Amino acid sequence: MTPVSEEEVRRLRVGDALYLNGIVFTARDEAHKRALEYAQEGKVFPVSAEGLAMFHCGPIAQRMDSGWRIVSAGPTTSTRMEMFESGFLDRFKVRIVIGKGGMGKKTTEAMARVGAVYCAFTGGAGALGAEAVQRVRGVEWLDLGMPEALWILEVKDFGPLTVAIDAHGNNLYDEVMERVKENLQRIYANI
Amino acid sequence: MIDEDIFVKRLEENFMELISIAVTDLPANVEETLREALEAETSEIARDQLKAILRNVEVARERRIPICQDTGIQMFHLGVGEDFPMKAELPIIIAEAVREATSKALLRPNAVHPLSRLNTEDNTGSHVPYIEWDLLKGNILEVEVLPKGAGSENMSALKMLNPGEGLKGVKRFVLETVAAAGGKPCPPYILGIGIGLGADGVMKLARKASVRPLKEHSGDPEISHLEKELLGLVNETGIGPMGLGGRTTALAVNIEIGHTHTAGLPVGVIFQCWAARRAAARIYPNGMAEYLSHEVN
Repeated sequence: MTPVSEEEVRRLRVGDALYLNGIVFTARDEAHKRALEYAQEGKVFPVSAEGLAMFHCGPIAQRMDSGWRIVSAGPTTSTRMEMFESGFLDRFKVRIVIGKGGMGKKTTEAMARVGAVYCAFTGGAGALGAEAVQRVRGVEWLDLGMPEALWILEVKDFGPLTVAIDAHGNNLYDEVMERVKENLQRIYANI
Repeated sequence: MIDEDIFVKRLEENFMELISIAVTDLPANVEETLREALEAETSEIARDQLKAILRNVEVARERRIPICQDTGIQMFHLGVGEDFPMKAELPIIIAEAVREATSKALLRPNAVHPLSRLNTEDNTGSHVPYIEWDLLKGNILEVEVLPKGAGSENMSALKMLNPGEGLKGVKRFVLETVAAAGGKPCPPYILGIGIGLGADGVMKLARKASVRPLKEHSGDPEISHLEKELLGLVNETGIGPMGLGGRTTALAVNIEIGHTHTAGLPVGVIFQCWAARRAAARIYPNGMAEYLSHEVN
């Protein structure tokens, strides 16, 4: 359930599976960049992000008479945001970051410092993501284009999400890649 | 001879329908291979990823919504009969169908200027949609729509090896590329490998390999053997579905080769994510279509 407290997310551990209810906002490369520029210039970020979940996603949205409808919304590759994420977490204190492919050392450290987790949502699961969206609360920065705008969404049973970086410095992707490296040494010796 | 306006309208409608089924309905052989992967997988996390993928495929098909929000840059592969009417107009008609599909929220507006990053909002632009042509005998148009997302495309790699590095060098480069990509290209993926020609040609070979329908193997027994060997090695890495660990990193490894310069050994690698979307049709000179990849009512 979002908003979520620091204490609650610190209880989560790598490998935990969860479904999310509450408020999620999307942010990709351009939104991260602008958010940090705004912070430097003392301008206001249009979402009160503390305690919320941020979704690395550029949805397909359709403007209807009654407002916006999310048509497809799966995760995008999170490492593109690695250059921004530690600064973003320090400044805006989102508690859950959702994406695919994992994130690096700086983000893992920032999550331990700030009290936040990274959850993997299945790459390509745009239809599942859209199905979980109950309502579009709003959209900001639409001038960045549909994929890069900030979409503020109410979600129900959003997932499956797998905690892949917890607030204690554990990173599931690193653990997998350590094993991959060992496997590769064996594979290289035999090719 | 049918009326030009009717002909153009039929073509536009058929291209639209092809885009629509490509982005909403995953080819049956891809879904079947994903189910086989689920059966082979023992890790709970890996199984959860594959189950979510399969459920997502079903939801998208039932609700006729895009499988993945990244509907890509539209790529069309045309086999154009020399007597097919209005050949030179095809890029304009295709661009119109792409605009229409974007306005109906079947496609996310993805096309931006590479430097200003300004979005054209309709998925068209310089060289976009991307069209490849082959000339055929006869009066038929063969069309293949291949929407390709950026997550997997961004992991592509090219290396001009020294011939002395040989087959071992090729295998090593492929595995290094796979390791560097980790979970980012949305595994389990189809790995397309090109070997030979020059820098641009080898990437075309890799592209061709990456979009080869599943369960089709190289006609060359040695290359087919290499495909099988590399599939085994890629899956031994343990990267697994979405890079969260597991047995299935690749659904297939496909290789296309071309002869090359005596001083060169180019190798290209292109990843095709599990959402290997593809729709194909044969279009007759009256503009009517026969759908080849899917059953269309």
